[in-house]
Amino acid sequence: MLDGRVLFDVRLDLPPGWTCLLGPSGAGKSTILRLLAGLPTGTRFDGRVTAPPRVAWMAQDDLLQPRLSVLGNVLLGQRLAGTAPDAPRARALLDTVGLDGMADRRPDSLSGGQRQRVALARALMEDAPLALLDEPFSALDAGTRRRMQDLARERLAGRAVLLVTHDPSEALRLGDHVHLLAEGRLEPMPLPPAAPPRALTSPGLAAAHEALMTRLAA
Amino acid sequence: MKALVSAVALIGLWQAIVSLTGVPAFILPGPRAVAEAALANAAMLSANAGVTAAEIAAGLVLGCVAGVAAALAMTLSHWASRLLRPVLVASQSVPVFALAPILTLWLGYGMGAKVAVVVLIVVFPVASALHDGLTATPAAALDLARLARASRLDTLIWLRLPHALPHLGAALRIAAVYAPIGAVIGEWVGASAGLGHLMLVSNARMKTDLMFAALAVLAVLTLGLRAAVDAALRRLEM
Repeated sequence: MLDGRVLFDVRLDLPPGWTCLLGPSGAGKSTILRLLAGLPTGTRFDGRVTAPPRVAWMAQDDLLQPRLSVLGNVLLGQRLAGTAPDAPRARALLDTVGLDGMADRRPDSLSGGQRQRVALARALMEDAPLALLDEPFSALDAGTRRRMQDLARERLAGRAVLLVTHDPSEALRLGDHVHLLAEGRLEPMPLPPAAPPRALTSPGLAAAHEALMTRLAA
Repeated sequence: MKALVSAVALIGLWQAIVSLTGVPAFILPGPRAVAEAALANAAMLSANAGVTAAEIAAGLVLGCVAGVAAALAMTLSHWASRLLRPVLVASQSVPVFALAPILTLWLGYGMGAKVAVVVLIVVFPVASALHDGLTATPAAALDLARLARASRLDTLIWLRLPHALPHLGAALRIAAVYAPIGAVIGEWVGASAGLGHLMLVSNARMKTDLMFAALAVLAVLTLGLRAAVDAALRRLEM
């Protein structure tokens, strides 16, 4: 019997801007994210993680707590950390993610897109230089996903963002850098010259997409 | 409404058995005889019901508080967990009712022994269910606590406890059903008042109709308690 994960060599620098991590399921994308966040991974890691003590975190599951109001969910990080909850700032952040007037709603009365907006506001509450995003947009419908991508880019501007995704188009639209994680190796992928967010019509995008797909399907 | 229909059907069946078999009244009195006995002894029944209700209420409150405290302590402290977990496991294999005679021996014939039996019956299921709930918090939610470097106490208050409330609600509903059983058994072992005591005394004097009346009052008391606890827990979304 074999129990555990095979170790892989990985070196990843995270400059300000969006770094996207693509790769097949089980390649270890989420493990890298969790290592950076200081969360348990069930694997052994020999090496050095240089990450800020506090990070902004968004998962595929919005992790909204059903018994707390929208405002309560945004304040949850501060409450857990034992610091004084800053409600005015949380309300201001809810305004900036387009949820003004919804502070007192319960999560179960929100749509999937609205719930991820709350999760974004909760992540922004940390005001951390590093944001770790584990497929936060993958469960959203196409239109909502695009609006959330644009909102997240706008709100997280100036920070280092690491986005784990299954979706090559998402990576090519948002990434300042795109890395492919496969067979225990991180490989930087070529990107179109335009700055993100890239339109589907931007020159070189189709070729980059095709190159990525070829590597993913290999 | 449904409950009323089944109650009427049950009383009808009872009357039918009495009428058809001609069973003597000291074995099985009819509904009418029981109702008459209840009315004739209303003052005595309500006085004894008051005693039993007080035992149930005191035992339920103390048992739930102790059970919740034990579960919280086990979640917050490794030492408490190591100390209490074997007790919880053992308590499920020992019939707590069997301790009633010992408790009566130690605490006497008053309310203390009955309250103690109720506490013992209530405390373990509550502690056990709440502790299960507190340790079943989804891992992804606990990630939020780790990211915030939350203390055990803050994690308990903001994540573990809210996720455990349905477990606690289920345990409290069961406790409300168990508590009257504990009080009556305590009274059977030795008492000078209470519905269980009244049942024994009526039985000894062949006043079967009064014994049934006491039983009916106990059933109403238990159903009322269950409904009240259920309504309160619903308000709290548990």
